[in-house]
Amino acid sequence: MSEMKTHIDVKATVDSKNWFYNDTVKEHFFTPKNFLKDEKEVEEFEKVSNGVGQVGSPACGDMMKLWIRVEDDVIKECKWQTFGCASAIGSTSMLSLMVTENEGMKVDEALKITPQDIVKRLEGLPARKFHCSVLGDKALRGAINDYFRQSGQDDKVIVEGAKIIDKILKITDKDIEEAVLEGARTLEEVQKKTKIGAQDKSCIPEVEQLIRFYTEKYFG
Amino acid sequence: MENKTVYLDNAATTAVDPRVVEAMIPYFNENYGNPGSMHSLGLGGQVALDNSREKISSILNCSTEEILFTGSGTESCNMAIKGVAHHLGKKLKKGNHIITQKTEHHAVLETCEFLEKEGFEVTYLDVDRFGMVNLDDLKNAIREETILVSIMYANNEIGTIQPLEEISDICRENKILFHTDACQAGNYLDLDVEKIGCDLLSLNGSKIYGPKGVGLLYLRKGIMITPLIHGGGQERRLRSGTENIPLIVGFAKALEIATAEKEGETERIGKLSKKLTEGILSTIPKAFLNGHPEKRIVSNVNISILDVEGEAVLLYLDHRGVCASTGSACTSKTLDPSHVILATGLPYEAAHGSIRFSLGRNTTNEEIDYVLEILPEIIKNVRGISPVNLKAEDFKEYLSEANKKISLGVVA
Ligand SMILES: Cc1ncc(COP(=O)(O)O)c(C=O)c1O
Ligand code: FES
Repeated sequence: MSEMKTHIDVKATVDSKNWFYNDTVKEHFFTPKNFLKDEKEVEEFEKVSNGVGQVGSPACGDMMKLWIRVEDDVIKECKWQTFGCASAIGSTSMLSLMVTENEGMKVDEALKITPQDIVKRLEGLPARKFHCSVLGDKALRGAINDYFRQSGQDDKVIVEGAKIIDKILKITDKDIEEAVLEGARTLEEVQKKTKIGAQDKSCIPEVEQLIRFYTEKYFG
Repeated sequence: MENKTVYLDNAATTAVDPRVVEAMIPYFNENYGNPGSMHSLGLGGQVALDNSREKISSILNCSTEEILFTGSGTESCNMAIKGVAHHLGKKLKKGNHIITQKTEHHAVLETCEFLEKEGFEVTYLDVDRFGMVNLDDLKNAIREETILVSIMYANNEIGTIQPLEEISDICRENKILFHTDACQAGNYLDLDVEKIGCDLLSLNGSKIYGPKGVGLLYLRKGIMITPLIHGGGQERRLRSGTENIPLIVGFAKALEIATAEKEGETERIGKLSKKLTEGILSTIPKAFLNGHPEKRIVSNVNISILDVEGEAVLLYLDHRGVCASTGSACTSKTLDPSHVILATGLPYEAAHGSIRFSLGRNTTNEEIDYVLEILPEIIKNVRGISPVNLKAEDFKEYLSEANKKISLGVVA
């Protein structure tokens, strides 16, 4: 039989309270704000909304759709639907509240909201549920871009272009971002998810830099 | 009902039966001796240990030396698979190939993956849409180097019962050792190792109203394994460490009760789960039963409800006092949906919306009525929020009328 390897790499991971939700999250989950509760409401709101964004979560395969009604660059209404977990529901409910409270938020301001801001207002989410708050945030960005296009402000559209990092396997910075959001923190973990650098070794220093960047950005 | 907990997660773990608690209590601080000690307290421990082993071996229809106590079902599976692999594979160099299947518990899958890193080769057999392994696939997977087949008795997520006797025949014909993870079988299925025909069997206390953190490995006489744990030489030098007498006593008592109540409970719980399944499928559109319609553990009701995400459903249920579980990616640590549901060929959306209710000794008819009363409304709410609207025709096969009728009888 083949030679046995002797060195085995098994790493311990710590995740306590991995699904514990605080009262604020629970409140937004059990009584979500601003969601569209059926096809009819979607139809009605689509008549007045002037921006829509939709994203799928790379991490768990979930989905988020978000509509906005903007008047003079101020978000007056923000409605959404999700095929996602309690964190996705809670964080999007909170986001919809944040952008519409006090007479509404200017789109430029809304674009500055980060997933951390949402999590902060929710008084915390379990670490492994962080990616769910990104879902609503990305959908909002999509909806605002859509609004820019619909209102003839194409110059303002922000294209979050992906840059190819691994030139052989065509793996982008977005793929690294997603891997980090799914919990990868080291080169090995990102490689496990993406195979990045398996052939194109030259990209590894850049990959490591990006892992540090995204870890800092989302979890710093 | 609103203020009461309706526990329908017995496949995750069961409450410890009060009779078991009572049996265990004296062994904590009255009769606490170490069976290895040369005094009367030590002897008391030894007697309790012997009696427990005796009880269990008569239920498993084996001899007392063939029972090795461990610290959990997971440990038993590890001990069986690594033990055989290291002894037959590494030491005797008889071969480096293991066969298992895709819907095993992580206790088996991760162990096999670990052995792959050591250089072993593992075949993970596919299952059909009911979660059954195909015996021809098994035969075809066997090689000259195959040393072990590990196929579970009943699946913890979808309840499917595998044809162990046939698998055992195939293994014997080919002189391959056969291990089965029987952790979900103790309450409802026959644990007679001669009938099953296995060489190794893993069982634990946590699913049979016994304590958690105790298990056993049945190891057929004459089979050698390399131990995982070395030390003072307990359990025939195969599992060192001072025997955990209170837990072992509780485990034996639990197995004794489960065996005595098997027939009655199979019938009683079978009726309740049939009612629950048919009730859900007749009131909630776009839902279907996962697992095998007949060859399933009577306590398991695993339903995929399209267009909903399981974690949200669980939290709503929990809010109303009902404990269940889901195969949704959102609740798993890795964010991967249930490997079991995916292995039956369903897309991840259907795994996302899978809800498992596992009934048990304390489940009542009123509790089932209560779940049937609140679930449709919860699903309506969660579906309302969801932008997903899967086409029923894509799941035609699963949603057919025939699938709504299940026959939960006493399973052979
Ligand atoms: C089929 C199966 N195997 C193994 C185990 C692991 O048992 P334990 O939790 O005692 O380690 C379980 C329970 O989680 C199980 O359901
Ligand atoms: S949306 Fe899937 S984990 Fe939150």
